[in-house]
Amino acid sequence: MSTFIQRYTRRERINHWVVAIAFVLAALSGLALFHPAFFFLVHLFGGGPWTRILHPFIGVVMFLFFIVMAALFWRFNHITAADRQWMKRIGDVMRNRDQGLPELGKYNAGQKYLFWILVVSVPVLLISGIVIWQPWFAPYFPVWLLRVAVVIHALAAWIMILGIVVHVYALFWVRGTMRAMTRGTVSDAWAKHHHRAWYREMTGK
Amino acid sequence: MTNHWVDIKNTDLVLIMGGNAAEAHPCGFKWVTEAKAHRKARLIVVDPRFTRSAAVSDFYAPIRAGSDIAFLGGIINYLLSNDRIHHEYVKNYTDFSFLVNEAYTFEKGLFSGYNAEKRNYDKSTWGYQIGEDGFAKTDPTLQDPRCVYQLMKAHYSRYTPDMVSTICGTPKEAFLKVCEMIAETSASNKTMTIMYALGWTQHSQGSQMIRTGAMVQLLLGNIGVAGGGMNALRGHSNIQGLTDLGLLSNLLPGYMTLPGEKEQDYQAYIDKRAFKPLRPGQLSYWSNYGKFFVSTMKAWYGDAAAADNNWCYDWLPKLDKTYDILQVFENMNNGMMNGYVCQGFNPLASAPCKVKVSGALAKLKYLVTIDPLATETAEFWQNHGEYNDVDPAKIQTEVFRLPSTCFAEEDGSLVNSGRWLQWHWKGAEPPGDALSDQEIMAGIFLRIRELYKKDGGTFPDPILNLSWKHRRPDFPSPEELAKEFSGKALKDVTDPKDPTKVLVKAGEQINGFAELRDDGSTACGCWIFAGAWSEKGNLMARRDNADPFGIGQTLNWAFAWPANRRILYNRASCDPAGKPYDATRKLIAWDAGTGKWSGSDIPDFKPDSAPEEGMSPFIMNPEGVARFFAVDKMNDGPFPEHYEPFESPLVSNPMFPDNPVARACPAARVFKGDWESFGKPDKFPFVATTYRLTEHFHFWTKHVKSSAIIQPEQFVEIGEDLAKEKAIKSGDHVRVKSKRGFIVAVAVVTRRLMTLTVGGKKTYTVGIPIHWGFTGVAKNGYLTNTLTPFVGDANTQTPEFKAFLVDVEKV
Amino acid sequence: MALQSLDIKARSATTTPSPDARANGAIPVAKLIDISKCIGCKACQVACMQWNDLRDEVGNNVGVYDNPMDLTDQSWTVMRFSEVEVQQGKLEWLIRKDGCMHCADPGCLKACPAPGAIVQYSNGIVDFHEEHCIGCGYCLTGCPFNIPRISKKDSKAYKCTLCSDRVAVGMEPACVKTCPTGAIVFGSKVDMIHHAEGRIVDLKERGYSNASLYDPQGVGGTHVMYVLQHADQPELYANLPKDPTISPLVGLWTGIAKPLMSLGIGLAVFAGFFHFVTAGPKEVEEEEEETD
Repeated sequence: MSTFIQRYTRRERINHWVVAIAFVLAALSGLALFHPAFFFLVHLFGGGPWTRILHPFIGVVMFLFFIVMAALFWRFNHITAADRQWMKRIGDVMRNRDQGLPELGKYNAGQKYLFWILVVSVPVLLISGIVIWQPWFAPYFPVWLLRVAVVIHALAAWIMILGIVVHVYALFWVRGTMRAMTRGTVSDAWAKHHHRAWYREMTGK
Repeated sequence: MTNHWVDIKNTDLVLIMGGNAAEAHPCGFKWVTEAKAHRKARLIVVDPRFTRSAAVSDFYAPIRAGSDIAFLGGIINYLLSNDRIHHEYVKNYTDFSFLVNEAYTFEKGLFSGYNAEKRNYDKSTWGYQIGEDGFAKTDPTLQDPRCVYQLMKAHYSRYTPDMVSTICGTPKEAFLKVCEMIAETSASNKTMTIMYALGWTQHSQGSQMIRTGAMVQLLLGNIGVAGGGMNALRGHSNIQGLTDLGLLSNLLPGYMTLPGEKEQDYQAYIDKRAFKPLRPGQLSYWSNYGKFFVSTMKAWYGDAAAADNNWCYDWLPKLDKTYDILQVFENMNNGMMNGYVCQGFNPLASAPCKVKVSGALAKLKYLVTIDPLATETAEFWQNHGEYNDVDPAKIQTEVFRLPSTCFAEEDGSLVNSGRWLQWHWKGAEPPGDALSDQEIMAGIFLRIRELYKKDGGTFPDPILNLSWKHRRPDFPSPEELAKEFSGKALKDVTDPKDPTKVLVKAGEQINGFAELRDDGSTACGCWIFAGAWSEKGNLMARRDNADPFGIGQTLNWAFAWPANRRILYNRASCDPAGKPYDATRKLIAWDAGTGKWSGSDIPDFKPDSAPEEGMSPFIMNPEGVARFFAVDKMNDGPFPEHYEPFESPLVSNPMFPDNPVARACPAARVFKGDWESFGKPDKFPFVATTYRLTEHFHFWTKHVKSSAIIQPEQFVEIGEDLAKEKAIKSGDHVRVKSKRGFIVAVAVVTRRLMTLTVGGKKTYTVGIPIHWGFTGVAKNGYLTNTLTPFVGDANTQTPEFKAFLVDVEKV
Repeated sequence: MALQSLDIKARSATTTPSPDARANGAIPVAKLIDISKCIGCKACQVACMQWNDLRDEVGNNVGVYDNPMDLTDQSWTVMRFSEVEVQQGKLEWLIRKDGCMHCADPGCLKACPAPGAIVQYSNGIVDFHEEHCIGCGYCLTGCPFNIPRISKKDSKAYKCTLCSDRVAVGMEPACVKTCPTGAIVFGSKVDMIHHAEGRIVDLKERGYSNASLYDPQGVGGTHVMYVLQHADQPELYANLPKDPTISPLVGLWTGIAKPLMSLGIGLAVFAGFFHFVTAGPKEVEEEEEETD
């Protein structure tokens, strides 16, 4: 029968899921304040003021755990020639025509790009978020900076949300992926298929 | 005010000088904005500071504090030498043509009769040449060198624009611009109003400053007309009522005067005051003095006052001198007083030279304060750190604090600046144990009377016989008091022309002072208020604002003294034939058909005296005309003359550089020992002036949170040049020192205090608002009267708060 | 503050129209502040405190007449004093009553994410309904006049209501009622413009050739207007903005970018869904493993 190989340690999984949960909460509370269409989401947090109060703290939690996660995954996310090759064939990837794709390490280019998007947007969110954080910090900044910070914050969040939508879809689309983060393991077949270089590295085969 | 608040809207030009109406009288200032908006009136502000009045003015001229007579004298000179005066008016309605006593002189800054030792004048030469007929001599051609016109012209010829600029520091062009604007109103269809307040009164020659202003108005024909007048803006809501009721040490109600110690004879006392006309055909209304006096005594002593005891004249105190606030604290300081009842008064804060006042209070055996607030005076014995650094252990004065109501917690009438007696109704119940002033006074009186009854004592008569017919003896009601002031008939009062005609029946309220009698048949507590509460009811409570003539003459709104007359001397608004000078602002006119004067106001005149009879408009004067030459009415000279403030940056008076006696007012009283307390410009080089801010009311509103919020902390204002010289920035703390003490406050550095060139020297002004102290909810501060000198006006003894010397340093 | 006795024309964070069946009868109102008549007495500040039950702290003097120094949740209006010399040698002390301008196109309302926390009544008054306020402070970013203040106590935004509670029952705002010189007047906007025209004629006759009405069109006009002696230089009046507009960072952002971005997120989700139903899942077959 199938054999499995370890992809994420327990610590990595916990870390990931804290970031993930924090992101979801931050995204939902952020969206609630972003556009009236989403305002109903404040009810998940106990109403408008609670949403405003909680959102920045959730954001800080996400930031802190993300820093740890980014440090752990940093070395796997350098873009290589194989990644560029892979990106050129993204159309085939999308159509599930995976034959002849270059052999990839632990992450494919899409995952790596997401990583870098997050590495940029999470600190941007933190900094811009602090500037507009009422009532603690915002009073110390001039109004023009608040205006800029609000826009930057929302823009960064939007990019991040789009990235995560792709990330989540990919996990749903690419069968066998979910267990990497739920159980920490993936099947040999999955590893071989998607991340052959990593598979070789892990198994020596 | 000769006129009233609403009437200001009728003016063409407003001169605010010696006042700051926008800040100190913001509600009344509305009428200035009305005149500006609807009559295109212009506003001139002359002030040491660019005030909030100046902020909305058309022209601002700076002036050194205390030099106003020079400025106004310069205007008089300008008007006379450029012939910009109202000829018909001055010729007919003033003393222009009156001939002055040959012995009257003015030399080297002193008028004839000066006694250097006593620092006063023998005023016997300050009078008219009296003819054999007993009347004053006149020269209608105005050519006689002794006529008032010629003397005045000569007197003020020294006040050239250059001299004005030298003394006042006002740039010459600015001064001339003011003159030009003012001179426009000499036209009979143009008028100017002068609005002044403590900026004129609080000087060692404050009364003369006001006189000079009035002289300018007379030259222009602006007295007695709508939109004109000399308008004193009173500070307290009822300070007008205070003077009206004679609450000054030398006054009786209605501007009657207490006798002096040499006036033991009743008839002589009356004769001296019941002036006979000085010109043929004049009314000389004070000739009725006896009626007013007897009616007052009947109100006070009832049946005890009778013809055979001269209406209790002997019970009145006979003064050896005036007992003004400075004299009282001088006496207290000299240990001559045991107790002091301080009612609605905070002298530690509002009398000059705090250290002297504080020391004086410490010499009392007891002090009673009657006040709605915890005043500084009531806490003078308590140590409040740097703000009141005294040792309570060394002060043995026993202090009794009797909490009283404030005006909003009682019914009663207030007299506003425009002489309107306006009834008001209680707005709230007083807090805690507070009682109304009349309850407190009644309580004290009834107990003292009991003591006299029981134990006897020296001279009990005035106490035992005081008329006290109140329904509740312990609480004389405001209504009862108001009726008493207004007056009633004790017997039927009949028409002198027709004794069968009863004007007022016994027991009824009288209709006006014309019904007062000197035979004891009437009682009236304050003759000028007569008629305020007649049989028609409480006229002070009327609130009909109908304005049938469209010039703000609402005769059915409240009651104006005298006789509900709104504009004094209103006969002068018409030409000698009785036709209004300006029909659009008609006050009264002679109606030959009815044989009466009538119009939008109550005539200030004998209502049926036809113009041909030649009666002149100033009926309170025995001359019938207004006086430029004050005769013997002023203590410091018949013509106002510029003297330096007691503390001034000039070591001599530029008018008389060689006469040190004429540096500061030669007739102002200075107590022995106080000369040493005056600073000299070598150590105290800067001119200081104290004032009020619009955000606060005296020392009251520092107890009010909302007022404390909008002006929380003591500050002083300093011009940019001085600040630069002393390296002071806005917001720094500075120490302001006079010879009598110092205060520390935040510096407000401003362009609004300009550097003036006075006597060729750069002169800086330091502005010191007064409102802070060591009680209340605003930030505590120093009492500014720590700094001020203990000297007052030669006539009124109002302290010289507006001009003194200080030094400034950064803390 | 919340008081729904006036009809509402616009609500923050609300994408559907407000009930406007009764809108036809509403007369736009305006408060006109004539700076040339203002004596800086601060009676309006006290009236505002008293009517609205506000009491700021007893502060300090920092070397100017302004007090309190700035608008706060307790001070909805303050006087700002400026000493200027427009003409060499002619000092002027310009005193401007600062507070909410009640823009016809209110930036605060536009920026506010909380539905109904900021409303615009059909008479033009812009009001904060603090019970809906979430305290995010976005209204600050929307305001071109720097008016709203967040309370340190309850984290709600506060500003002048133009006494909507008084106006609703036919009274003028408290500041207008108390102004002793008539420098503040209140009425229909048309009447106030007419009144201002008369004042401007008077000011021009007094030599203020640039006197004019301040009713900035960049924010659609305002329901609080000034008569300025020097309308060509509004900055003289404690930095009154010359051409106030809602910052494009707020205006364009909220008006255009945000809906588009929301749509973008929706599209991304849909794209995934349709990708899935067309391309199907990416599955790794067991055989692959075996054949290997």
